[in-house]
Amino acid sequence: MEIFGIPLQAMLSQLLLGLVNGSFYAMLSLGLAVIFGLLNVINFAHGALYMMGAFLAWMGLFYLGLNYWVMLVVAPLLVGGFGIILEKTMLRWLYKLDHVYGLLLTFGITLMLEGLFRSFYGVSGQPYSVPSLLAGATDLGFMFLPIYRAWIVVASLVVCFATWFVIEKTKLGAYLRAGTENPRLVEAFGINVPLMVTLTYGFGVALAAFAGVLAAPVIQVSPLMGSNLIITVFAVVVIGGMGSILGSIITGLGLGIIEGMTRVFYPELSATVVFIVMAIVLMIRPAGLFGKEK
Amino acid sequence: MNKKIGYAIVFAALLAAPFVMYPIFLMKVLCFILFACAFNLLFGFTGLLSFGHAAFFGGAGYVAGYCLTSLGLPTEAGLILGTAAGALIGLVMGTIAIRREGIYFTMITLALAQMLYFLFLQAPFTGGEDGLQGVPRGKLLGMIDLKNDLVMYYVVMAIVVAGFALIVRIVHSPFGQVLKAIKENEPRAISLGYDVDRYKLLAFVLSASLAGLAGATKTLVLGFETLTDVHWSMSGLVVLMTLVGGLGTIIGPIVGAIIIIALENKLGELGNFLAKLTTIDWFRSLGGSVTIVTGFIFIVCVLAFRRGIVGEIAARFKKPTQL
Repeated sequence: MEIFGIPLQAMLSQLLLGLVNGSFYAMLSLGLAVIFGLLNVINFAHGALYMMGAFLAWMGLFYLGLNYWVMLVVAPLLVGGFGIILEKTMLRWLYKLDHVYGLLLTFGITLMLEGLFRSFYGVSGQPYSVPSLLAGATDLGFMFLPIYRAWIVVASLVVCFATWFVIEKTKLGAYLRAGTENPRLVEAFGINVPLMVTLTYGFGVALAAFAGVLAAPVIQVSPLMGSNLIITVFAVVVIGGMGSILGSIITGLGLGIIEGMTRVFYPELSATVVFIVMAIVLMIRPAGLFGKEK
Repeated sequence: MNKKIGYAIVFAALLAAPFVMYPIFLMKVLCFILFACAFNLLFGFTGLLSFGHAAFFGGAGYVAGYCLTSLGLPTEAGLILGTAAGALIGLVMGTIAIRREGIYFTMITLALAQMLYFLFLQAPFTGGEDGLQGVPRGKLLGMIDLKNDLVMYYVVMAIVVAGFALIVRIVHSPFGQVLKAIKENEPRAISLGYDVDRYKLLAFVLSASLAGLAGATKTLVLGFETLTDVHWSMSGLVVLMTLVGGLGTIIGPIVGAIIIIALENKLGELGNFLAKLTTIDWFRSLGGSVTIVTGFIFIVCVLAFRRGIVGEIAARFKKPTQL
């Protein structure tokens, strides 16, 4: 079977690849949105912490023999803890300043982290194999489905919707949303806002590390894997607007699919299509698809 | 009066410099000085943080290199077309980016510059990963042979001094005052009847053109152009230069550019020295990992040193920030 002269098989596998990329966009832009909501900081270091997550997974296996499943839990915890240290020692001092300083600080952190990993491991990628439980592919009749890729999509969707549920439907989430609107008033009600801010940053970067561990078996684990991704995720954030959690998830997945389809029909544009979409959206609806007009 | 004497001393030092130091290095520093000053025009004086200035710098470098190498155009045409390319990229990017404000503006410029990076990576005329090699310097106006480094140095010096003078003129012009008003209080500037978007766009294009001039000149000096110049790390580097020197001061970016470029060049020696001093062998790799050091300076600057060197000195002596 063919659609527009492209075999269905090829099309579906590119669609799946697009969904996989989209899952990463969704998880990372979600973390960025949550952090920006409460801290007013655009976390450039998100990409570097995603890279750190992937590296921790590789290091766990290589040095300590800890398998994928252990590291899927441990790596986000470690990176979350690292994020909490960053927030307590550095980011904290910038909340009253212009937003650009948060971006510049986290840019500096990114350079340092990347440089450190590069000085120890070089720029070439480290191989990390798919865990045996998720290896191989199943035949769905119309296409072969690599199990690990399906797992990425499912796992990230579960994490994204769990985050959405916590923020939109629970009491803790209500505090968070209130803190985003008016932190002073929330503090007056006796809620420890600085602690909430710290934990939010920790959670946001843990999410990035989780994405990193998920990504480790499908891409080469290298020090530069994060910064190229984060710029695309910035474009995703601009397209979606940072106002809505569901908006971030949908925009992320949608752009992943668009990118996958571009790879089928016009591969030369696949690296740039997200940026083109961004330019078009800015022309038509400057606030972003899910953003609020001021 | 003091200012005039200061400028005269700097000018004399510039004239004498190539007899004391390696001219190629000096020319590189001069190009980055112009680049940083152009960036400061936008960030320091208009309050718009662009994280995409590598697109103008490198884009102009590629266009100039292509014109001189493949099209065989004369030197001045290469420089002019390179600058025009910077202006054009700036016009397109600026038109899109000024539709959002603040941090979104920054993210948009970064994303669009990344798009250009991918385009240059794939485009047939850029030589991909290898870049453009063997760009000829040619003869300026058909008579001044630029192969001689000393001659080239004075030409570059003239270009950079002219660019710098233009920036100073812009900053002190009525137009520059409007930019300052936009930076300080945009809603008030709007309520005074200024078409803020047009002013922002014009500032963006001016900054992009001058960054383009710097990039085209650098290609001419070094004779090659690579993807490094359009990469986001180059955009970060120019932010750092401006920040270290002093945001929104006239001479800050000059100081910053000199420090950062010198640091990049001397980092290997510094690393070896530290390795000897502390007997930690890891310091030897410092020369290869400039990013760690630049990242560290970024963090220190943002946390403790936001006024930069010149801004800090100016504040000490209670002079107005425009030295």
